[in-house]
Amino acid sequence: MLKVENISVSYGARLALNKVSLELPAGCILGLIGPNGAGKTTLLRALCGVLPLQDGTIWIDGGDIRRLSAMERARLMAVVPQANHLPPAFTAWETVLLGRTPYINWLGQVSSRDEEAARQAMERTHTIDLAERRIGELSGGEQQRLLLARALAQGAPILLMDEPTTHLDLQYQYSLLEQIKKLAHEDQLAVLVALHDLNLVERYADRVAVLVGGELLALGKPAEVLTAPLLSRVYCIPLSVIQTRPGGPSIILPA
Amino acid sequence: MKSSARPFVYSLVILAAALLLSITVGSVFIPPAILLNLVFGHLFTAAPDPASTQTFATILFELRLPRTILVAMTGAALAGSGASYQGLFRNPLADPYLIGVASGAGLGAVIAMGIHWPYTEAGLLAIPLAAFAGALLTVFVVYELARVGNTIPTTNLILAGVAISSFATALTSYLMINSTGEVRRALVWLLGGASMSGWQPVLAVLPYIVIGLGIQMAMGHALNVLQFGEEQAQQLGLPVEWVRRLVIVTASLTTAAAVSFSGIIGFIGLIVPHLVRLVWGGDYRRLMPLAIISGASLLLLADVLARVVMAPEEIPVGIITALAGAPFFLWVLRQAKQQNYW
Repeated sequence: MLKVENISVSYGARLALNKVSLELPAGCILGLIGPNGAGKTTLLRALCGVLPLQDGTIWIDGGDIRRLSAMERARLMAVVPQANHLPPAFTAWETVLLGRTPYINWLGQVSSRDEEAARQAMERTHTIDLAERRIGELSGGEQQRLLLARALAQGAPILLMDEPTTHLDLQYQYSLLEQIKKLAHEDQLAVLVALHDLNLVERYADRVAVLVGGELLALGKPAEVLTAPLLSRVYCIPLSVIQTRPGGPSIILPA
Repeated sequence: MKSSARPFVYSLVILAAALLLSITVGSVFIPPAILLNLVFGHLFTAAPDPASTQTFATILFELRLPRTILVAMTGAALAGSGASYQGLFRNPLADPYLIGVASGAGLGAVIAMGIHWPYTEAGLLAIPLAAFAGALLTVFVVYELARVGNTIPTTNLILAGVAISSFATALTSYLMINSTGEVRRALVWLLGGASMSGWQPVLAVLPYIVIGLGIQMAMGHALNVLQFGEEQAQQLGLPVEWVRRLVIVTASLTTAAAVSFSGIIGFIGLIVPHLVRLVWGGDYRRLMPLAIISGASLLLLADVLARVVMAPEEIPVGIITALAGAPFFLWVLRQAKQQNYW
């Protein structure tokens, strides 16, 4: 589905990503972890085309994304950014409807198909009750779910999420990721989600990629990658991985 | 009546009333009966006007009508471009003069005023042409200064606009101080009191304003998407750089055309979009046409006041827009019930 081949990205003279390669198949949730400044956000921005690549290629279903226009790319890749500084006057409904931008003509005429897609996206993310309310009145969690609804309305097979749980309390953190897991498997979406919370990654990711200093340190199943030695090296503090029961989920804690 | 049509009906009714006022009111009042007679007479018969209404006919067709249309177009252009810039820069303080149109036009006009042009048709056009050229040149300089490779970062554009505007304004002031007797004329122009009468100004600015506003009205949806920031707009599929360039070019051309014959009229470009936003919401697909209509109405009303308050003298309309406009806007602001309108 999404194939990243040896991409490098620079900010001026500083190399932010160095020959990163990964593959994201449909129906798979790939958790992207790493310390601050490792390049997680840079990788996401490079993937969705906001940052130019110094080197390497990105393929979607075998096609080079550089050949795609902004609109074509938006039909294939949707981004759920962090819920920061959203324009407060927009209603929730208007916001989700903007997810249909890749399908709407210049004048902004919305078809019934667009409205249906938006409505369905809101129902699946349990945000339909917020439809007439303005973004400025919503809580951080509600705003984040709204951005997820907007990305779903885009109808793209690839979903990129940049630390979507940052401003959320425990309830919303888990419910958001539960929803993403359900949607990924129902719609066979390819999901790349950058996360800080290792326990959420352990619980919800099908595969894990570890980014340190712009380089991919490890890529594999959570059980293989989320080990105490590797994580302690990555985060520079001693960590323990404690299995709660045989065959059950693990908890990652400072040792 | 469908609720989405209501704002348009209201604003068009106000525009019609403003147009009517502008045509009939002035130092010579044209009674409605005579107005109807003249208009229908011209529309349906080719017979010359009877001697009794000859003066009225001249005033109406040579002075009032072209002036009304010019003022309406100027108000529409300023409000429309102001709305475009507020949407593009995502800044409630943006007005159509943000990136240098006004200061450039002023400099061009004042430079031209320093030269004694012959009193011919071409000579009379010298100042508006100089203003237009000055405006476009300044925007071009600002644009090039702000450019980084292939993109024009918003912050760069605003900063370059402020810097160049200050420079141009300083030069203009210097020229005015050093001139001998042109100061009052320059001041009046800079305050929005320019008045070249007749149909020539109307025909000169018509293509710029009609096409410019037409394009800007079509950018409503794009401006909506841009409210989420350029990065999210790009991710949603909007060709952001292309859109920004188009908006800047058309809004600058439209504003330059508007100020070259009317001088620098302040307040309309800044406040009319906010007024419309307060009353009818910030969806740019609706905001653009409504701001254009309301801008025309408001400037027409201001122009009527400018003609009447100290008749037969005329106050520069820019003074009226600021003096009357500010309290009016504050009153509307207090009436607004919505907390989040921006």
